This record gives sequence, C-alpha cells and structure tokens, in this order.
Amino acid sequence: MKILTYPDERLKQVSQPVAQFDERLRTFVARLEETMRASPGGVGIAAPQVGCFQRIVIVDVSSRPKSANNGRLVLINPEILSWEGMATSREGCLSVPDYTGNVMRAERITVQACDELGSPREFLCNGFEARAVQHEIDHLDGLLFLDRLVSRRTDLFRRKRYGNRKSA
Amino acid sequence: MNRWYMLTVVGKDRPGIVAKVTTALFDGGCNLGEASMMRLGGSFTIMLMVELPEPAGVLQRLLEPVASSLGLQVHVDAIDGQLHHHREPDARISVYGADRAGIVARVTALLAEAGLHILELESHVAGSRESPLYIMHIEGYAGQGIDALRRVLERVKGEGIEVSLEPVETMIG
Repeated sequence: MKILTYPDERLKQVSQPVAQFDERLRTFVARLEETMRASPGGVGIAAPQVGCFQRIVIVDVSSRPKSANNGRLVLINPEILSWEGMATSREGCLSVPDYTGNVMRAERITVQACDELGSPREFLCNGFEARAVQHEIDHLDGLLFLDRLVSRRTDLFRRKRYGNRKSA
Repeated sequence: MNRWYMLTVVGKDRPGIVAKVTTALFDGGCNLGEASMMRLGGSFTIMLMVELPEPAGVLQRLLEPVASSLGLQVHVDAIDGQLHHHREPDARISVYGADRAGIVARVTALLAEAGLHILELESHVAGSRESPLYIMHIEGYAGQGIDALRRVLERVKGEGIEVSLEPVETMIG
C-alpha cells in the first residue's frame, strides 16, 4: 500500500476505534504488515499512514537483536496504561522522508490492546520497542514525531540533568 | 535554474538579525534551504543555503543595506550542494573537562583515525573565568563501526577529559 507522506493533511487526523474484528480486518493487517516490511528500516507502522483511519498499529523490533522485545505486535485500539522514565532518542518516520530528529519518550510502558481476533492483551515494552509503540500510537491521534522534536541543545542539557546514563 | 549559495553572516549579536536578513533575502527573490544559527561567544553566526538564479554578486548586493545597518560581515560561496542529502548519525560522543588547548584536536584526530565522519559538532566553554570547562558534543557516522571508536577513545583515559560514546539507534516508524 502507498504510504502517505506529510504535508498530506490526513496524517493529522484522529483515527477511530476498530469495532469489527473480522476477516476484512485481518486481511488489512496482513497488507499493513507487508507495507511495513517492504519499507527500509521500518520497525512500525500505523493504519493512518496508509490512509486507513482506524486505531491499528504494528510494531516489530525483533530485527534489532540487542533490544528486548515482544516480537511481532499487532495492537488494535491500543491504550498506554503506564509510563516510566524519559529519554531522548532519534526517530524518523516513513511518512517524513529524509529527516530524523530527537524526541523524548517514556523508556518503559505498559500497553493494552486487542489482537486481530479481538482478544485483549497487555504488553510491557522497554527502550527501542517502547519508543516504536509510542511513535505509532501518536499516529492514531494525528501526531507526528515532528510534533515532539527537541533541539540538540535541549538533548545535551537534559541528558546532563538526568545524569547517570554514562555508557561503558 | 537551481543555483545554491552558502551564505555566512557574522556580527555582534542583537535581537532581530535573522528576521531582517531573511526578509531582505525573501524580498530579493531568494529561497532558503537548510540553516544553522549559533550564538558563539556573544557573536551572531549563521550559515544558510540560499537559492537564487543570479550570480553571487547579486546576492551580496542584496544584503548590503541590512549588513551595513546591523554591522554584519557577509560571505557568499557558490556550492554544488543540494537538498535531500541528509546522512544519519549512528554515534554520539560527549566530551567534557577542564578547558585547555588541544582537546578538540586530540579527540577528533582519534575519532577520524577510527573512521568517524562528523556530521554535527557543537562545543561550549562553561564554568568560570578562573576554571573554564570545555564541553563538546559530536554526532557522526561511524564508518568502521562503533567498537572502533570505543577502542581509540580508551586512549584518552587519564588525560583529564571525560569522554562518553553511545550509539544512536534511529527508530523509523
């Protein structure tokens, strides 16, 4: 499927909850996943990125061997139940080509969502995966990472203030 | 016709310079590309990609009134640069320590030896006049991998500067 790119205004609209967990939904999820996997470097995608304004996201960061993850996540009507820790890191977006920027995200989240069959699930996500989930859920509310950019200098000083992230 | 210039403007800092310079450029038919403005040591500095289908002298003259009224130095270079040529950093290096001559040369020579292509660098002298503190922040592309950088940075341990390296893992979603 074709990925919408900003300044397409449709990316700024709020998506609606999924009500029907049927074969059509599952076909759409499969096509959405195909689109994500066909995009270089893409570890997540949200339905509005392909012009479907329903609360569906897919995240799969298992290609990053060093980061803990839940494998392939299909999150329908997702809600973040809790947040913990904040960190700045770099993000890009399939809908915003040729740009990456620094964004503050929670480091650890608990997210509740339905799977493709409509069963409620709960996941604990950390680090890279947590960032991906927050980025995709933002799409459902019409938010892009561009709405959350922090400057390099902010990054530098925040990192100093939070202090104890010295790497080996 | 696309013709890009790198415009450098330097002068004593005061509020309103960016607005006045860019208004003069807009009124003169220029289109702006990427830009980076910094206040360095109380001076205003900006580098701006400017697109104008005219010779460099036209751009220079366009800025004469605003430059002379604000006391700015203007420098114009024709460049063959283009937009949409971003390169993503995969390494971030922070350096700090008591200020002394040679920190940048020492650290960047090691990083270059280990394959780092610096994409962004900013540094500050903080602390007090009596005991100045040097702080530098670098982002770049590690041409020989992060571990190569880590190995060379081991060599500055014990030289009175703190160096930390972390990978930049860009999440594309």
